Amino acid sequence: MSLLPKDVAKVAHLARLALNEADIPKYSENLTNILGFIEQMNEVDTSHIEPMAHPLDAHQRLRPDVVTEHNQRELFQTLTLHTEAGLYLVPQVIETKIEE
Amino acid sequence: MEWEAVIGLEVHAQLSTQAKIFSGAATAYGAAPNTQACAIDLGMPGVLPVLNQEVVVMAIKFGLGVNAQINKHSVFDRKNYFYPDLPKGYQISQFKQPVVGEGYIDIQLDNGEIKRIGITRAHLEEDAGKSLHEDFSGMSGIDLNRAGTPLLEIVSEPHLRSATEAVAYLKTLHALVRYLGICDGNMQEGSFRCDANVSVRPKNQKELGTRAEIKNVNSFRFVEKAINYEIERQIEILENGGKIVQETRLYDSVRNETRSMRGKEEAHDYRYFPDPDLLPLVFDEALIESIRASLPELPEQKRQRFQAQYGLSAYDAIVLIANQDTAAYFEQVVNQGVSAKLATNWIMGDLAAALNKDGLEINQSPISAEQLAELLKRIEDNTISGKIAKTVFEAMWQGKGSADEVIAAQGLKQVTDTSAIEKVIEEVMAANPEQLADYRSGKDKLFGFFVGQVMKLSKGKANPQQVNDLLKTKLHG
Amino acid sequence: MHTKTIAELIQGLRAKEFSSEELTRCYLDRIKSFDKQVNSFVTITEEQAMQAAKQADKRLSDGTAELLTGVPLAQKDIFCTSGVKTSCGSKMLDNFIAPYDATTVERFNKAGMVMLGKTNMDEFAMGSSNETSYYGPVRNPWDLNRVPGGSSGGSAAAVAARLAPAATGTDTGGSIRQPAALCNLTGLKPTYGRVSRYGMIAFASSLDQGGPMTQTAEDAALLMQVMAGFDQKDSTSVDREVPDYSATLNDSIKGLRIGLPKEYFDEGLEPEVAKLIQAAIQEYEKLGATIHEISLPETKLSVPTYYVIAPAECSSNLSRYDGVRFGYRCENPQNLEDLYKRSRGEGFGAEVKRRIMIGTYALSSGYYDAYYLKAQKLRRIVSDDFRKAFAEVDVIMGPTSPSPAFGLGAKSDPISMYLSDIYTIAVNLAGIPAISIPAGFINGLPIGLQIMGNYFNEAKLLNMAHRYQQVTDWHKKIPAGF
Repeated sequence: MSLLPKDVAKVAHLARLALNEADIPKYSENLTNILGFIEQMNEVDTSHIEPMAHPLDAHQRLRPDVVTEHNQRELFQTLTLHTEAGLYLVPQVIETKIEE
Repeated sequence: MEWEAVIGLEVHAQLSTQAKIFSGAATAYGAAPNTQACAIDLGMPGVLPVLNQEVVVMAIKFGLGVNAQINKHSVFDRKNYFYPDLPKGYQISQFKQPVVGEGYIDIQLDNGEIKRIGITRAHLEEDAGKSLHEDFSGMSGIDLNRAGTPLLEIVSEPHLRSATEAVAYLKTLHALVRYLGICDGNMQEGSFRCDANVSVRPKNQKELGTRAEIKNVNSFRFVEKAINYEIERQIEILENGGKIVQETRLYDSVRNETRSMRGKEEAHDYRYFPDPDLLPLVFDEALIESIRASLPELPEQKRQRFQAQYGLSAYDAIVLIANQDTAAYFEQVVNQGVSAKLATNWIMGDLAAALNKDGLEINQSPISAEQLAELLKRIEDNTISGKIAKTVFEAMWQGKGSADEVIAAQGLKQVTDTSAIEKVIEEVMAANPEQLADYRSGKDKLFGFFVGQVMKLSKGKANPQQVNDLLKTKLHG
Repeated sequence: MHTKTIAELIQGLRAKEFSSEELTRCYLDRIKSFDKQVNSFVTITEEQAMQAAKQADKRLSDGTAELLTGVPLAQKDIFCTSGVKTSCGSKMLDNFIAPYDATTVERFNKAGMVMLGKTNMDEFAMGSSNETSYYGPVRNPWDLNRVPGGSSGGSAAAVAARLAPAATGTDTGGSIRQPAALCNLTGLKPTYGRVSRYGMIAFASSLDQGGPMTQTAEDAALLMQVMAGFDQKDSTSVDREVPDYSATLNDSIKGLRIGLPKEYFDEGLEPEVAKLIQAAIQEYEKLGATIHEISLPETKLSVPTYYVIAPAECSSNLSRYDGVRFGYRCENPQNLEDLYKRSRGEGFGAEVKRRIMIGTYALSSGYYDAYYLKAQKLRRIVSDDFRKAFAEVDVIMGPTSPSPAFGLGAKSDPISMYLSDIYTIAVNLAGIPAISIPAGFINGLPIGLQIMGNYFNEAKLLNMAHRYQQVTDWHKKIPAGF
């Protein structure tokens, strides 16, 4: 599988990464090589293998339904200059949001 | 051509926990912006989610309530997309292995028929925050208080055939989640939200038509209107030889129309994969059984019992059981020895109207079930008429005392003494000789006039039945 | 003072040979004198360190001190430190003052250890040479024209140059062990779930694990005693008793079965390195262990497998860096998309962007099964290889890295860089523990021996490492000029 410059642009958009136009051919070459390298995986038949998501065969632990965190807005909002009236500011969201 | 609508609903029910699904921040509604968004809700570097046990219990309760298969092994996935109200750039949800599998609920149609609606699945996920579009010098403001609030997304099969059925299904589901105590059902605050998948097809055709997904329909009334609008829109397009585009549409309640979400047509690629910060959710049959044992009587069981035990019509039973508190109130009134029919009429009539007018819930009613029962018993023992009872009710509502106190204080006790009523009738006849002559010469219609005059003179306290009987005899001379 | 191990520093503090303040001052002075050459620190927390040292001295004199109270330590800049910049080696977090402590940091603070500063690292821990850092490459104290390894290269270089007596690292595909090997240190990557990941900035959540980087196995045991343990803030943390790691360091290893996977000694390994590893294994035979040839057949495929799983997880983990709530935000964004794309495009370096793109691609619609799902299946095969092997042997040994430290800029091609982790990556896929210890030198450059153990067998690894260090002195060597 090769990642042509137009594919790189598509993936970069999906990942919301601005790339310098001039760097795209290099990314295209690098990523194509990496994908080629990754495709060595196809040498092994895995049709009867269960996928493994986690190194440990453990289950999710649960915590009690108790409020433990309290307002730290002031502290957290020292991390950005872009707040007003306690809200984080972003360029106007033009489209009406679809609840996902 | 005759068309048939096919509708499936996706409901997001906000689970009524104290803390969020993956963090210890509070879920209370209406807090100042970002004061209930902790480091985990904000997606700060290095922080990690831990699952709230109560959401698991609530999901199991729901599964039991809809007769569903409960998956003892389920998995949390990440749904990846960028949006300012989604701080991590992904939403934690359940994609391939939801906690609740296939189930169903029965809904009652207008004609009294029961229809079974399939539930495809229900899964746990976290809510996003809110974007506020008021102008902050050309910017949008982001409030992440809601981010991480637990949601149960309930997906129905496309078994619904009309907007009315869709609303009946929603109302049934709404009652169920409130009975289970897993969601407060507050639609205005967004605790119970609905998206509708609507398509139409020629009647008798098997294949489904292309569907549109309608978002943002957040009241029963709007669900009905939005679906009806959408059905008509699609039929019109098809009848004009057009094609339905599979898309997301937004309901505009002001203009009563659905609109295409232009610019959102870029195909989403959510890149779901198992969240490596969370392990599979696993529990045993014993947990399910202990939760089953703790379940309250559910709406469907209660409806059946109310019909059998109190001889109520299906309609009355459905209205009474829609709200657990109303059902409990009803039973308290009936337990005082009041007839079920009279109790039903008053609870669904005058009481509901008064509560509605003052914006109160039934458990905030100034007239308790015991107090209402006392009033209704005075109707049943003929102390007062139904009409006078309304006056008494009004006084009780204003805190002027119990039914007996109001009746005594205002002298509203019904007159049942025959001689006393006869005396009033004689007075009326004497005062209206012309009408009496007309009546006797055949103008039967004037009977009502005499009833009215008698009631007026007795200040409404004369027993209406007795007035009728005695008038008939007297007028005939 | 600066040549002492942690075990020796504990003794010195107890015997009042020096105070924690004197000790801390000594290391801070050394950092000032030598770090210009090495570039191992991103942030030096002088003021906090002196204050912590003062407090430690108080505890030492009033009898409330714990074992490690007063001993200095450097933290990899991937661990969140409250009130202190936590950059993760990235421009993206150059302005990020963490508002909380990582659990590991909290534990060390509670133990009374003195943090000297935050060490340089590959950006978001993605790299094997420490050349991807926003703060410039770290240089290997054994040869300043060579890399220290990565991603915990700053920690490795700092301890190698004795700018700190020990440091923390994190290991996603070898990031503790490989720099430990290249800088002549002892580096332990614990079992997945043994050390809390809370507050440790995520690269690949199912692979990341924090651990100690020290001069000796004895020191590693001391630090592990603090780091290891259950944390309710991390769902993947394991609630399991922590053994006394120091108590078993001197246990006999007589009769212990050592497995040598033939795939770790094939043509990819430099012969000089192979020779040193064989010599180390002979030492173990002398100590009474027995040697068994084993096979880990899919070792080679662990690298491509890893380079799907790690980028896939990182592509999602790094989505939170969007310029909105913290971190780098581009100037004058034209619209929302511009804010996202330029903040991320300008805030991340090339290697991070490459991995985000590979991961995004591997998870995207139509490619998920061929890449991500396939990799998850191979992960099981790789991990089953270990399970089978541990049915026959107690530990597995081999080289940590196929070669000694390479020159700065020598591996400009991503794949040749990725392949330098060929012996370390499988361990992360399986989640087992492994340690790298000094095993000799080639032309003055250190070589590491890797010992892999079964799940939660850290004590055994430390025991094996310690016994070797009792009969060898490679680990005592210090680079000239420091």
